[in-house]
This record gives sequence, structure tokens and C-alpha cells, in this order.
Amino acid sequence: MKSSTKLMLVVCGVILASGFLFPAFFSSDKTAELPDVVDFNYHIKPIISDRCFKCHGPDKAKQEQELGLNTEAGFFKTLKEDSTRHVVVPGKPELSELYRRIMETDPEEMMPPPESNLSLTDFEKALIKKWIEQGAKYKQHWAFIPPTKPNLPKVKNKDWAKGDIDLFILQKLENEGFKPNDEADRERLLRRTSYDLTGLPPAPALLDRFLADKSPNAFEKMVDTLLALPSYGEHQASHWLDLARYADSHGYQDDSYRSQWPWRDWVIHAFNENLPYDQFVTWQLAGDLLPSATKEQILATGFCRNHKITQEGGVIEDEYRVEYIADKTNLYATAFLGLTMECAKCHDHKYDPVSQEEYFSTYAFFNQNTERGFYGDVSNVSIAEQPTLSPTKEELAGILSFINHSQPDSVVSMVMAESDTLRKTYLLKRGQYDQPDKAVAFGTPKAVLPFPETLPKNRLGLAQWTFSKENPLAARVVVNRVWQQLFGVGLVKSVENFGSQGELPTHPELLDWLAVDFQESGWGLKQLIKKIVTSAAYRQSAAISTEKQERDPENRFVSRGPRFRMTPEMIRDTWLVASGLLNPMIGGPSVRPYQPGGLWEETNAGDGRGTLTRYVQDKDEKLYRRTMYTIFKRTLPHPFLTTFDASYRDVCAVKRQRTNTPLQALNLMNDPLMLEASRTLAQKLLKASDQSLPERLSDAFRQVASRQPSARELAVLEKHFTERKTELAKNPDMAKLLLTVGDSKPDDKLDAVESAALMETLALVFNMDEVICK
Amino acid sequence: MMNGGMINRPLFIISPFIIYHSMESPLLESQLNINRRTFLSRMSLGIGSAALGSLMIPGLFSCNTESGEGNSLAGMPHFAPKAKRVIYLFQSGAPSQLESFDYKPLLRKMHGQDLPESIRMGQRLTTMTSGQTKFPLVGSAVEFKQYGQHGAWISDFFPFTGQVADDICVVNSLFTEAINHDPAITFFQTGNQQAGRPSMGAWMSYGLGSENENLPAFVVLTSRGGGNAQGLYAHLWSAGFLDSAHQGVLLRGGKDPVLYLNDPNGMAQADRRRFLDHLAELNQDSYDELGDPEIVSRIKQYEMAYRMQTSVPEVMDINGEPDHILKMYGPDVVTPGSYAANCLLSRKLAEKGVRFIQLYHQGWDQHSNLVNEMGMQSKQVDQPSAALILDLKQRGLLDDTLVIWGGEFGRTNYCQGPLDAKLYGRDHHPRCFSAWMAGGGIKPGMVYGETDEFGYNIIKDPVHIHDFHATILNQMGLDHTKMTYKHQGRRYRLTDVSGEVVRGILA
Repeated sequence: MKSSTKLMLVVCGVILASGFLFPAFFSSDKTAELPDVVDFNYHIKPIISDRCFKCHGPDKAKQEQELGLNTEAGFFKTLKEDSTRHVVVPGKPELSELYRRIMETDPEEMMPPPESNLSLTDFEKALIKKWIEQGAKYKQHWAFIPPTKPNLPKVKNKDWAKGDIDLFILQKLENEGFKPNDEADRERLLRRTSYDLTGLPPAPALLDRFLADKSPNAFEKMVDTLLALPSYGEHQASHWLDLARYADSHGYQDDSYRSQWPWRDWVIHAFNENLPYDQFVTWQLAGDLLPSATKEQILATGFCRNHKITQEGGVIEDEYRVEYIADKTNLYATAFLGLTMECAKCHDHKYDPVSQEEYFSTYAFFNQNTERGFYGDVSNVSIAEQPTLSPTKEELAGILSFINHSQPDSVVSMVMAESDTLRKTYLLKRGQYDQPDKAVAFGTPKAVLPFPETLPKNRLGLAQWTFSKENPLAARVVVNRVWQQLFGVGLVKSVENFGSQGELPTHPELLDWLAVDFQESGWGLKQLIKKIVTSAAYRQSAAISTEKQERDPENRFVSRGPRFRMTPEMIRDTWLVASGLLNPMIGGPSVRPYQPGGLWEETNAGDGRGTLTRYVQDKDEKLYRRTMYTIFKRTLPHPFLTTFDASYRDVCAVKRQRTNTPLQALNLMNDPLMLEASRTLAQKLLKASDQSLPERLSDAFRQVASRQPSARELAVLEKHFTERKTELAKNPDMAKLLLTVGDSKPDDKLDAVESAALMETLALVFNMDEVICK
Repeated sequence: MMNGGMINRPLFIISPFIIYHSMESPLLESQLNINRRTFLSRMSLGIGSAALGSLMIPGLFSCNTESGEGNSLAGMPHFAPKAKRVIYLFQSGAPSQLESFDYKPLLRKMHGQDLPESIRMGQRLTTMTSGQTKFPLVGSAVEFKQYGQHGAWISDFFPFTGQVADDICVVNSLFTEAINHDPAITFFQTGNQQAGRPSMGAWMSYGLGSENENLPAFVVLTSRGGGNAQGLYAHLWSAGFLDSAHQGVLLRGGKDPVLYLNDPNGMAQADRRRFLDHLAELNQDSYDELGDPEIVSRIKQYEMAYRMQTSVPEVMDINGEPDHILKMYGPDVVTPGSYAANCLLSRKLAEKGVRFIQLYHQGWDQHSNLVNEMGMQSKQVDQPSAALILDLKQRGLLDDTLVIWGGEFGRTNYCQGPLDAKLYGRDHHPRCFSAWMAGGGIKPGMVYGETDEFGYNIIKDPVHIHDFHATILNQMGLDHTKMTYKHQGRRYRLTDVSGEVVRGILA
């Protein structure tokens, strides 16, 4: 029973199912049926990579028996100990040593060896057998084959499709026997789109316009409007800040302040200007090396410098300089190639064709910067911050006017600058800073695409290589990330890893189509986003039928519209927007909103060392900035952010988790800003007019949830309000106490009991699952 | 279809702190949801009753994957554990082993003489002392005495610890590679010098789950002494790439021990109950319409939050402790947020079944003024640490609670700064340092490992941090080579790619 691949479930009352069946079943998501045609890339490679590469993979130093199953030659070679036998004999599993060894029961002979904890399931063995029987056709790793624009698929329900994307989605749905969901109602559709594009709920006026617009392209017009809002750039930037590991502190030990926010202001500006993605990235990698580089292009290279910098007394400079260059290299690989190149810092990559030498060849591009590891006294961080960019007053009024500050002294930020002399790069044994081995040349992983002689051997050359037409990864990686942003999960789920151990795309043709289309249309992000959100696939309602929950629980088939818990930035910004408290200013130095007292003070070094030891809360309008402007101290980010799974910004992060915890519930129930927003909105509504209670509650609900409440919802709200009002009337002091939250003052002229009861009813709405989910 | 044994087993009793997402185990998840839905719609008469249902049948609304027993992961623990929980008394800043547990009379004899190069053997130095032209040896200014049946040498800074010498195992042969605080402490907590990997407590929460429905599995307490301190970093107790539900929950002294635990002024508990009932009603409407199982999880998390509003203040309250217990921990125990208070609190948390209780006490970085500062630090730490051992022991809890005391590296046998009998300091030293462990199947009353007579190099039974981690996991019933998590295509372990269980200290 344990090895059975058939899942048997008993569902009776609250007793669910047998626990121990699942491990075997879920170890592979392939079901009991063997595929008709076994594909190397889709069925075999993932098994071989995961279970065999550790000893028979690309890391030559660790290869057992000189057998590497990472190449075609490896699969079909003769055995070292017996030249008459072969690893794999196409069509003949019984003559294939590979098959013999995986079927072996003798622990001495069995592969993988029992002590590796990497055993194969019966299903996986059967797959390998069938692959050999069918001729053992080998294929290059899918992600290293440059994408080509596939033909559009044929579908039955042509009318459903609103664009080319839908044909790919629908083909799969039809194959799987799924019917797509109906389009979401207009309120929910606009709400979803507004959050995805701007991170904010739609303005009520915009919602009214959309509801009133009967023209066939009403939704497209909304999308254009949203894409043109400045909040678009802010929201897109907030994703980018995770990838770019942006923070307002240096990140090690005392974790002092750094002023890198001018770079952040540039990112917002660049998104809003729709700077083509290839240029957007090229500037950030190598803006300083562009011909007649502008200050704006140089500022963009702050991207490379956002990593942590040590300030710890007594550190060895070389050790940290190596750390910083490695960070840049790893960031580059994760963000633009979707490869876990950092694995090759200490040895050849275990799974992907990236040798240690190639790692340091890529590292060499970043190794020419003039920055230092750390030098001198602990208090003198500025030396480690060099090179920096210091704009003039004129530049701040001109080419750098997007920087929200007019004082040049406060706008110094770290950038890249090439040193005059070439720094030789060495392969570092085991990645150790003090273990140089042979010198290496500039280069990139050859299996991806060799670095041509014609390109300059510097970061600009690397950027050009990245965006050359032949590069198989750059476009796929970014369109996949955008897809993840909108649908919650990428077409390739492992957005950070397109290598052997990464997940396979659910819709490979769609991924390639999007990648090539993105390249051909000039790398325009707004155009890409528009294309996706106007698809019928995106517009579907998010309702989950029992069948879809069962057969498509993660929505990998896109059988419904996306719905998931929002980021902390989006949740908190909703409070600000719905209540009208939001200070819509863009950019500028980070701010310090409410934070539970004592957090920094309890964990600092105690003697006042460092510049972020005490949290002095800001006042007035600075309390109500968008969440992305909250000061990010790496060693202790604002707890609201970490409670809701924000990245710690220690290293490049391209995916956030989405947990669901009681700490989140506590935070949502008792956050002073949420309570202040509830009170502010409550009093605004009470002041505005003498609406009836249902009207007022509907209005309030709509401000927060961007739709009309149902009759049932309204009934619950009315009940809550009335009950609370009755109770508070008995004890008006309690009501007054409730109203005191936050720095802004309650309106004393309004009835305290009514205000408090409505405030709490609004807090209820702010806590609804629907309100914290997009 | 199922045999009787399995029916009787509670299959999905789950830590409410750990909600596994549908992506982990899609099909199982969907089956669970069908049942939740049926259950919820039956209860749709009023959500008050549904909320009540979740309180009465705690496991019902939770979801977990591959769960066999309790809420641990399938197959974990790997074997019968000796310890069910860990209390880690981390001494941040690195207390000197030469003034605590590693007695080196030779240093006194050679006081002021240079460290022979034959002993130093190219050890890299921090740049705080690499510029020094001389490395004068400095003997401990504090006396040592022998304690316990085995005659362990312990300095006069730690007389109370001396009294429990027969209950603890001193390890004098720990070593690390890191020479700066941040990487060194990160190494101890996460198995890697660079931030980003899961903390040890997060691994335990991930593998073994919680034993208490109303408290987190991994709890963090911080305190600071008067000595030169190093900051603490949230990444030390983060879940790294594990589900962030496993991250350590900071419990703080004062009126808000868990962030946002308290309801706003003007709101009573009954009001909160009503709020949650109405909220659940609204959320159930969404669920009925959209069918998203996360909504059900959300309802459950709010219920858990509500229970924590009672359970956390209860555990934080020391009013019920009799005087003789408070006296054991010393006078600081009544000051919330002190090390002594945290030691007492950690006993209470251990009693409640919290899996991993992580204390940090700052202030052990004695580059100068070592005697004064260490005297101050040890005065705050010695008595409560020993009291914790005795208190656990008298309750029978020491047998299955592993207590650990120690810092992130050692200190040099030579002097940093002026060679003054009182004002001398010691720089960071990675090659050897001391810690002690007690309970949880560790052999009591022994000293393990040995350093040379200069106290500079280990000459017997070296224990690397990976070995130390492997041993802790082993006591918790976990094979450190098997507890892995696949992230970015690679299987990660707390012990990276090495580590051996230190068999010599196991009872």
C-alpha cells in the first residue's frame, strides 16, 4: 500500500485521510499514468539532476567514476571498468547500466546509494525505463535553447480569447478539460488591476467611471489610466527594491544609516518613464560606462552598490571586498539569468554547467570597481562608501529633478566607477578571499552563450551580452517575473532558478512567445503588463470550484483569476488611501512612521555606536507616506514588514513568501495606523452628510473594499455598529479612549460614541480577508 | 481502506503557527478544503458557533502536509529524542574562556612575554590587533577553583555555575572560522557566516513543530549587561528560506510582550470576541462565494491570535512564583527584560512545551577593561543560569530539556591594549573557546576537549560549530544529514556539508 501510486482517500466527517501514503505520492507531482512519450527535459532530466548530479554532475572534482550525466556523451559512454557495457543503450533498458543500477537491491551496487537519502520512486524508475525503451533521446537543457516565437495554438472556444496569450492558456485548459471562469465583476476586476499596477485601491471616481463606461474597450482605457499614474512607478519599484536588495542601512553589526534613496527615486522615475527594460538594466549595471554617461545613468549604477557593507572594527578588508564583488555577481545571475551561480563560487556548480572558473570570469566584470572592502576606523564609513555621486544644485533642478531633495549635501549616494588599472581576477580556491589560484579572463557561462570577442570586456559588455538576441535567458526571466507578480506564481515557478534544479514551465510556448514578443516590441514593461492584464485569462473571476481546487489548487493552469494576500506595502497603503491620510509625495529620504517602542534600543550595541540606534518617530505628514518609504534598517526592519513576509534585503530576492499567521492577525487587529485610519474615515463620513446608517456603512465599505457590500455583509456591519454603539453609550469614556489612537487628533465636535462605534466597524472591514487580498 | 491504527491516529493536528500552503501538497489540501467547506456550511447558522468549533477542535481548520504524529514533519524525529526542547543562553560578544572555564596557569607564569610564533602558527588576526608588534601573554586576573566530583576548573566569576558543575558538561574545545562578531554569531545561529539561512530554532520548528497550541514553537528573549556590547540582528532568529511562520517570535519585557498583542485602549475582551465573531462571519461569506481555503486559515489565525492574548500574558506573569524560586534566580529576576527574568521565563516556556527558547545576553566583548566588565557581566548571568539548571532539575524537566551556555568565539591569550592587571583586554580568537551544555541527554559532570597550555590551540577533541549543531539536532532526535530543505535547487542543512555528532559528551 505504501508504494502504491494510486491515491486513496477516505472522506467521512472530519476524519480525513491516511497520512503515510502521501510522501511517496507527493515526492513527484507526476501522477500514476506514465506519459505516452517520455521527454528528456520534462521527465528525465529533473530526476537525474536531483538524484544523480551530486556525484555525476557538472562538478568535475566530485565526479565518481568519471561519469557525468550532465552531458549527452556521459549518458552513452562505455563503462570505465568494462568497455563492452554502456551507461545507456537506446531501446534496451536491460543492457543499460544506468537502469541496472537503479533497479539494484544490493546496497553496494544500488544507485543512488542508500546513504545519500536520494532514492528513486518506482514511478521514476518506470519513467527512466520507458525513456530508454523509446530510444533515450537526449535534449539540451530547455532554458539554454534561445526562445523562438511559436505558432499560435488552435483552440475550440475561440471567442473567449481576447489576445494571443489567451490561446496558450485556453489550449491547456481545454486539454485538461477545464472551463475558464467567467470574467470577474467590474468592481473586483478594477480593484485587482489597480492593486497590480499601482499597489493601491482604485479611486472611487475611477471606479464610477469604469462602471458607467459601456464602451467595449472600457477596461483597456482603465489600464492605460492606471499605467499613467505616478503610483505605478512606486509600486513597480517596490518589487524592484527586493531584487536590488535596497535598504537605508549598511546591514552589518552596528548597521548604520546610508543614503541610497536617490537611487530609489531614480527607479520610480525610470518605471514611470517606461524606460525600456534592456536600458533600465544596462544603466544599472553599467551606466557609468556608457558613452558620455549622464549623471542619471551613473546614479542608476547604485543598483550594484546596494549590498551590505561591514563597519565592524577589526575586519580584514580583502575578505569583505571579495564578499561585495561576489554579491554583485550573484545578484546579476539571479536577477537577469535566473541562475544560481553563487553555487559555483566555491566549486564547479553541482547541477548547472557553470564552472568555478566561469563564476570568477563573470565576477571579473564587477571586480574593476574602485570600491574598498573596509578601511580605517569604525566611525569612518565614508571610505567604504566610495565611489559616490554628488549632484550639484543645478543637476538636482535639471537632469536629476526626480530626486526629491534640493540640498546637494544630503543626496550623496554610492555608485560604480571603474578603476584606471585592470585588476587581475583570480579563481579563489573554495571561494576563500586569501586562496587565489589561477588568473581568469573576462567571460560568461559558455553553456548559456559564449562571451564574444567583439564586446567590450567590462560591465557594459556584460550588459550587451545579457540583452543580445541570442541570450536565451534574459527575456524569459523577466517576463516570468512579471507573470509571477500578476498571477502569484511564475510560468516557471522557480523564478530564481532556470537551471537543472529549477521547475519546468507550465506553458513553455507561452513563456517563449512572451519573451520574444517582449524583445521584439522593444522591451517595454508597460506594454507587457498591459498585454497580460487585458487578457481574458487575467480577467477571470477568482472563485474556486471544488473541482479546480482539487485539480488545480495552485492555479498553475490559470483556470481562474489570481487572488492572494497582498504585500505589507499594499495592505498598509490601503489604510492610508481609504482613510485619506495618505501623503502622496514621491521619493525623498526614508521616513519613520509608528513603530512599537524600544525595538532598536533593545538590540543596539548599547553604547550609542552606530547611527540607527534609537528610533525617533517622525511627525505629521511624514507618518502617512507610502510604506515603501519606511526606513529599512536591515538588521531590524519594521516588524509590520517582516510579519507579512517582506524580504530582509540581505541579498537579492525575487520572490516573497505568503504566510498566514496569528502574528499577522494581531498586527491587523491592533496596528495604531489601521485604527487611526478607521477613526479618520469614520469621522469623515459622519461629518460629510446625514446619510442613513446603511448608506453610510455602504459608503465606508466601498472606500475600503472598492465594491458595494452584499446585503448579508451590510447586515453584519449594521449589527456590529448598533451593538457597539449601545454598549459604548453606557460608557462614553471608553469611546473617547478608543478615539485617541494616533498622532492626528479626533474631531471632538462629533459624537464620541457614534464615532467610536463606526471606527470599530471600519476596523472590521480593514481586517476582512478580502481587503488584505488582491 | 485504512487500517484501524491509522484511523485512531490524529492525522492533522497542526501547529496553528505553521500553515502550509496548498503549493506544498496540492491534492491533500483540496481534500481538506472539501471537508472544511462542508463543516463550515453546516455551521453557517452563526459564525460564533463556527469560531467556537475551531476552539473546540483545534486541528480541524488547520492544514499540514505529510503529517504523521503531532505536527512534526513526516519521518521526524528520525529517532527517539533525548531532548524535547532547547534553551540556548547565548552570551553575545564572546565571553573570555580564559577567565571562565579554560584554566591556564602557564599564562600567569609567562605574563607579559610574547606569544611564541610556534603557537600562533599564522592564525589570522583582526585588524584591531594585527598592527600590534608584540603579543604579550596575559594570565587571568581572576582565580580558579575546582568544582564537582570531577574537579572542573571554574573561575571565581562563576561561583554559582561551579555549584552545578555536576549537572553540566563544559566543552573547552569549540572552534570556528569567523573572527568578527556578525559573521560569527550568524554562524552559530544559522550554520553559515552570511545572513540568509534559517536559524536553528526555525529548523526545529520546521522539523518538529510545536508542543503548545497557544504559543509559538520558537521564542526569542533578549537582555543586555553592562559590558561592551554588540548589536543583535533579526536575521539571527529568522526563518531564512523556510516558511516564515517558523521565525522566532520576540517576547519582550513590559506590557506588550508580543508585538500588537494588546487590544486598543477602550476595548474589552468581550468586545474583541464580538469583533472576531463578526469578522469570521464576513470572512465566511467570502469563503462561500470564492472557495479560497486561505480564508479558512485566516479565520483560524485570528482565533489563535485571540488565544495568545490570554496565553502570552499568563506565561509572562511571574506573580505566581513563590519567593524561594525568585530568590534562586537572584534580585534582578523582578526586573522585566533582565537576564534573570528571562531565565525564569525560559523555564516557564519550557514547561509550556515551547520547542526552542533562544536567549541573547549582550555585553561580552571585552577588548579592554576585561576584569571589571566581565565581573559585572558574570554577576548578572552566573546565578540565574545556575538557577535555571536547578529549577528545571527539581521539576524533572532537565532530563528532556537541553540547556546551552556560550558565545560566538573565544578571546586571545595575549593582551589587547595596555598590559595592565585590571584594564587589559583580549581580542577575538576563533581557534578555541568554551561553552557548557546540560540536560537533554548530555553527560553531566564532565569537561570535554582540551587546549594547549597557552590556551591557544586545541590539542584534544575539537568541536566545530557544525559538530555542535549536529549534536544538538541529534539530541532532538534529528539526523543532521537528513533534515534538509530544498531551496533554489539545492538541499540545505543546518550543518551545511559537514558535522559529526560529538558522541563523547552524550550520556
